[in-house]
Amino acid sequence: MTYDAGHYDVIVIGAGHAGVEAGLASARMGAKTLMLTLNLDMIAFMPCNPSIGGPAKGIVVREIDALGGAMAKVIDKTHIQMRMLNTGKGPAVQALRAQADKPLYIKEMKNIIENEENLTIRQGMVNELIVEDGVCKGVITESKAAYSAETVIITTGTFMRGKVLMGDLEYESGPNNQRVSVKLSEHLEDLGFELTRFKTGTPPRVNSHTIDYSKTEIQPGDEKPQSFSYETTEYITDQIPCWLTYTNEFTHEIINENLSLSAMYSGMKRGTGPRYCPSIEDKIVRFNDKPRHQIFLEPEGRDTEEVYVQGLSTSLPESIQHDMVRSVEGLENAEIMRAGYAIEYDAVVPTQLWPTLETKRIAGLYTAGQINGTSGYEEAAAQGIMAGINAAAKVLGKDPVILDRSQAYIGVLIDDLVTKGTNEPYRLLTSRAEYRLLLRHDNADLRLSETANELGLITDARYQTFVEKKRLVEEEKKRLNKLIIKPSEAINQVMEEAGATPLKEAVKAYDLLKRPELSYEILENMIEPNPDLSNEMKEQVGIQIKYEGYIKKAYEQVSRMLKMEDKKIPDDIDYDAIGGIATEAKEKLKKVRPLSVGQASRISGVNPADVSILLVYIEQGNIARVAN
Amino acid sequence: METDTITAISTPIGEGAIAIVRLSGPEAISITEQIYKGKSLREADSHTIHYGKILDPQTQEVAEEVMVTLMRGPKTFTREDVVEINCHGGMVSVNRVLEIILSKGARLAEPGEFTKRAFLNGRIDLSQAEAVMDLIRAKTDKAMSVALKQMDGRLSGLIQTLRQNLLETVAHVEVNIDYPEYDDVEEMSKEVMREKTKEVHREIENLLEVAKQGKILREGLATAIIGRPNVGKSSLMNALVQENKAIVTEIPGTTRDIIEEYVNVRGVPLRLVDTAGIRETEDIVEKIGVERSRKVLKESDLILFVLNHNEELSEEDEKLFEAIQGLEYIVIINKTDLEQKLDLEKVSELSEGNPIVTTSLLEEAGIDKLEQAIAETFFSGEIDTGDLTYVSNIRHIQLLKQAKEALEESMQGLDMEMPLDIVQIDVTRTWEFLGEIIGDTASDSLIDQLFSQFCLGK
Repeated sequence: MTYDAGHYDVIVIGAGHAGVEAGLASARMGAKTLMLTLNLDMIAFMPCNPSIGGPAKGIVVREIDALGGAMAKVIDKTHIQMRMLNTGKGPAVQALRAQADKPLYIKEMKNIIENEENLTIRQGMVNELIVEDGVCKGVITESKAAYSAETVIITTGTFMRGKVLMGDLEYESGPNNQRVSVKLSEHLEDLGFELTRFKTGTPPRVNSHTIDYSKTEIQPGDEKPQSFSYETTEYITDQIPCWLTYTNEFTHEIINENLSLSAMYSGMKRGTGPRYCPSIEDKIVRFNDKPRHQIFLEPEGRDTEEVYVQGLSTSLPESIQHDMVRSVEGLENAEIMRAGYAIEYDAVVPTQLWPTLETKRIAGLYTAGQINGTSGYEEAAAQGIMAGINAAAKVLGKDPVILDRSQAYIGVLIDDLVTKGTNEPYRLLTSRAEYRLLLRHDNADLRLSETANELGLITDARYQTFVEKKRLVEEEKKRLNKLIIKPSEAINQVMEEAGATPLKEAVKAYDLLKRPELSYEILENMIEPNPDLSNEMKEQVGIQIKYEGYIKKAYEQVSRMLKMEDKKIPDDIDYDAIGGIATEAKEKLKKVRPLSVGQASRISGVNPADVSILLVYIEQGNIARVAN
Repeated sequence: METDTITAISTPIGEGAIAIVRLSGPEAISITEQIYKGKSLREADSHTIHYGKILDPQTQEVAEEVMVTLMRGPKTFTREDVVEINCHGGMVSVNRVLEIILSKGARLAEPGEFTKRAFLNGRIDLSQAEAVMDLIRAKTDKAMSVALKQMDGRLSGLIQTLRQNLLETVAHVEVNIDYPEYDDVEEMSKEVMREKTKEVHREIENLLEVAKQGKILREGLATAIIGRPNVGKSSLMNALVQENKAIVTEIPGTTRDIIEEYVNVRGVPLRLVDTAGIRETEDIVEKIGVERSRKVLKESDLILFVLNHNEELSEEDEKLFEAIQGLEYIVIINKTDLEQKLDLEKVSELSEGNPIVTTSLLEEAGIDKLEQAIAETFFSGEIDTGDLTYVSNIRHIQLLKQAKEALEESMQGLDMEMPLDIVQIDVTRTWEFLGEIIGDTASDSLIDQLFSQFCLGK
């Protein structure tokens, strides 16, 4: 018999990177929210690499921050080093990456969760959902607690029927030997969900005292203080470096000789692993002509000696891992503290979700994070915040929030997942975004602050700061467009120092900024400075003017895309009643059930003629619906 | 509802004396105005017909004399502004009019798109909608199957090679972005990028040349027969026409007297162009002067220059040699049945290596050799004419041009010192345009390329 454990607007199952953002967003929107986790000491735990951000992912962290999420603020407070990547490239691809202090990250995140109004967190294993007439009404834990709810979000990561693999050793487990969730997985199957089996892996961790760093190259953080969050004002100055070393022919020999002992290479049929996160075995097999591979040694925190050996993800037996590690320069005497392993787990096929991350099968039920077939903390957090927003919006009677592909990497991620599905753990890459020039690190606030403000996800003060920033940037652009710079000795000296050809005739400051050699900082030496502008605003003015032509072109593409997004398809349309759509396309459409013609056009197997036909059918207004 | 303007040739190709190019959309009238010389359409009443000329925007030369039908929306077939341009001059000029319109910003209509717009812009019921949907399906399927069947294997092969080339370049830039610390691959440099774009640009230009040839094939090589009076030009024309069944005989136009004879010579379709003037006076040089004749000759793809075996080389002959210098021509020494008075060595010298054929049209001798020479001149004697359709091909040409433009924009970006990841946006667009030609637009292939080309990951 269960006992009545109370009623909540939103219940979040899991407190990983997806779970915490879901819970916080929901609570901040005003929904009474409960989070249930297997282990209160593992909130926002990082089971793999100790880092957050990087290309595309770092921009996602900025977007999460713009939407009032926690990830950016927590990593700003707990990192051991931070670097801006791609500084030599264009503004669209620059991204921040931080090395995290793992234990501190957990502590900080737990603190935020515990102190959030409207949010309750409790330890417990959810075994099943309460479903009535296709609507999710709550959850039941293994300790027989029955919580009723308006909406439920599952963010169970790699815990569902997780299986750890190392050589011929295999056992049921969540990551890092945590308890596995079996019943919930079976329950979802019983409810009719299609699950798939994915795999990922992690490298061994070694004791820092046993590393000979003198044989490796130092990888320091940037000296310039930087932050993920727009609200961070205090910066960590004492950074800790990472170190670079390489595998060699001996390492490769050891791996080649023992390949058959690797869990993933033993011939057993296994889940699909990600191509962008290959094990060292994969690298040796697929690229056997490479004499060496990079190994980054990344400290897992300030108060721990554990060092993450990035590049050696493996499922070889422990004894072989030992030999393999010690074949690497600098690691000759290294002591493994935790061995690497592969983990297999159940994931929900994400085409079963609406773009709100609500499941099509059961109303009021949402899934977010690695359970949806993604990989990475940032991808998980991104889905978490959107699922939290939409679950709360549903309870509060607000409109669903769907970010489009031109608004955020988060939009690209979710649209890809629910429209195309994925046959390997999905990772965000800059190349997945069509409009990446618009999805920059520097303008996440410009893209998302209005949405965040409308939803009540950010404070009024923060919103006002944003409005002021936007105003100042626009005014400065106007000022530069009116400001005429005449050639003079002083001006041309500045030009020459910047490596630009001297001015021959008067020119607008605005147009001058478009010259490749000139930045806003250099321009400032030729004009009356604007004391109201922060560095961030100057950067914004510079980028918007310098890349104006390209940005305009991107917006033109976006407006064409949005026209098709605006053509809505009812979610219960009966595709069988539409003559003329090719059979393959019809099957795909029935599965994905796109909400707009634009989304339909992105489904592989739906060709332009099918889209035209669909368009005509919808326009005529008399749309056949499937019987419920 | 739709914001762009579409255009297409609305009459069947190659049949009938009149062909209509139709435009529909908000820019239909303004685009026509830009290329049309005649009464201002902007001020003209709706549903009126006007005489005028279509000008080539680059040269300002008359491309075609036309009748323009102006119909303002919503009382039109598509309920948008519609312009129909009635052309009289055969396929070449209709095609040219269409290309001029496309160059002014109209988009080539999809199969069934006029009808689709008609229904989307009007009130439609289900049965009408179904008819439209069937139409789109049928037209698209037909166009697809035709395009697939008739896609030249060599063309698609070339395009695939170019795309792969671009894809590797793009993947290289992407890997620099997504894996900035990956040391196995060097940072793509502007120089390499410039080389790559130039290389592909050159290839696309070559392809456009090839496409032009393909077009020539379908429409016939514009072939002019020249020579002094009484050398046997008419006999040559008749011989070619009799020998090879004429595809199309005289199309007497209403506004000008152009005679076109279509003949198929060993798989090479020739459009023997003969203006009334040339016919009447028998002498192009005499009638219109050297300057003018030079221009007429320039518009020909092939020139058949007839000399008289029985007469000495005259000053006029030498002038004609001068006029055709640098053009594709075949010298025909006719009347070998009569005594040789022509200085063959001199002729050989003047011909700059172009083929020389001797004939006696009277005795029907040497025509075989002439035909052989025609075939060899353009196509090394081997040619398959049935490889490209008109519709799919103009689509290809259009896409190739767009690809070329995108590539040029990426080259401009390089000149403007834009970062490579921004330059790459236009390279990716080029890759997409080329993909549309062969019906492959899957964006996932970039990601596949990334992971097969580079060993990435943590």
